[in-house]
Amino acid sequence: MEIKKTSLNNLHKDNQAKFVEFAGYEMPIQYSKGIIEEHKFTRLHSGIFDVSHMGQLFIYGDERLTEELEKIFPLDLKNLKQNSSKYSFLMNEDAGIYDDLIITKIEEGYLIILNAACKDKDFEILSNILGTKFKMNLDSNRSLIAIQGPKSVEILNSIINGVDQLHFMSGKWFDSENQKLFVTRSGYTGEDGFEISISNENAEKFVQNLIDKGAQLIGLGARDTLRLEAGLCLYGHELDINKTPIEANLKWAISKSRLSNGGFIGSEKIMNQIQGGATKIRVGIKPEGRLIAREKTKIFNETETQIGEITSGTFGPSVNGPIAMGYVNKEFSKVDTKIFLEVRGKKYPANICALPFYKKNYVKGVN
Amino acid sequence: MSEVKFSKEHEWITLEGDVATIGITKHATEMLGDIVFAELPEKGSNVEKDGTAGVVESTKAASDVYTPISGEVVDTNQAIVDDPSKINEDPEGSAWFFKLKMKDQSEMDSLMNKEEYDKFAKESAS
Repeated sequence: MEIKKTSLNNLHKDNQAKFVEFAGYEMPIQYSKGIIEEHKFTRLHSGIFDVSHMGQLFIYGDERLTEELEKIFPLDLKNLKQNSSKYSFLMNEDAGIYDDLIITKIEEGYLIILNAACKDKDFEILSNILGTKFKMNLDSNRSLIAIQGPKSVEILNSIINGVDQLHFMSGKWFDSENQKLFVTRSGYTGEDGFEISISNENAEKFVQNLIDKGAQLIGLGARDTLRLEAGLCLYGHELDINKTPIEANLKWAISKSRLSNGGFIGSEKIMNQIQGGATKIRVGIKPEGRLIAREKTKIFNETETQIGEITSGTFGPSVNGPIAMGYVNKEFSKVDTKIFLEVRGKKYPANICALPFYKKNYVKGVN
Repeated sequence: MSEVKFSKEHEWITLEGDVATIGITKHATEMLGDIVFAELPEKGSNVEKDGTAGVVESTKAASDVYTPISGEVVDTNQAIVDDPSKINEDPEGSAWFFKLKMKDQSEMDSLMNKEEYDKFAKESAS
């Protein structure tokens, strides 16, 4: 199958991107300055991420659609305000996660942002459940650009006036230079920021405008170190079909009213796990010293019994040390529990720690 | 000091008497990206030509470091373990990895000179 390219591919090339294949797309892993510089620039200033490979699914409908979607997602969608966004999951009957997503209520229905590797399957699953009652459009004519970091609000507001008024986890349509842009205040780096949905033909010019105003392109490499420092899950690593939201320690993302009444796909398993407890759970892990424990590293207790596995591990540039997330048997999930990581045949000490690794000291109006 | 020689695994090597100093090339560091972890062989251990003699990790992945010749490890560079970013800053100078007491001079013969290595690196990168 031919590799797909986003509408910013030429711009990436012009900015000396190193490319990798990701979910069938040719995507920039980094640019000339490298992952650590890009990571730090995002935390201090403003980074631009091409996330056009992600799915933008528009589903059109009224309150009947809301009712149908409540049978799928563990959210109180009836009471979700228009223009508000929620983090959620598409699950199977066993509460295994097909995908994690952001859903925003819009005037015409809902906009759901899906992971690149999952979007086609998600579309199929949702089409099978919803049938032909509602118009669905997995829109490939639109690009998705994220801008993240403390200077992003100032930069973006100078192009799209009014985005500074958006609350975190909300979004709406804006008109800018005779085009319709859907802007949400959200992101996946632990920083303040926005995601902008824009037609493919206007995307390159828009991003060049952001660059001219001082933002810089950031690759998938730094996107990964940023989200890991922020303690956020990445599908295919922390989340997959064999893990549930309860095991992933994402109970907060399930609306309280839905926890008591259920009635969504996977609700029985979720309620069961809340009462009886899941046997494994996602935790933060801090290796001692400089050791990096990558995905699939085995985790042991002090008596050398395997108690879990790492799902993501790297060097955190802002933390200035190694960080990881993984799943351990619940009895070893308490903060400060000493564990051992098997790397290249040897076992090294590490500790369970609280997430996130990096917390923003967020003072409004002061940078 | 002898002429710098290079291996296909992107290590450089210089000789002073029968003691060889070994590190990784600038080209290798550019391929790896930001290096954030380094592990070196133990002093006093013996390493075999083309065998692993350490590990470097970038933000992206772990890579083995190989030794282009056999010998006994007589010194290691603790400074790059304490601050691995030094490897990106000065890979072919102060950020050497380890020193070996050379076992077999003839092992040097198959290594490349600078011109040959630059050509090899250019070809293997494309």
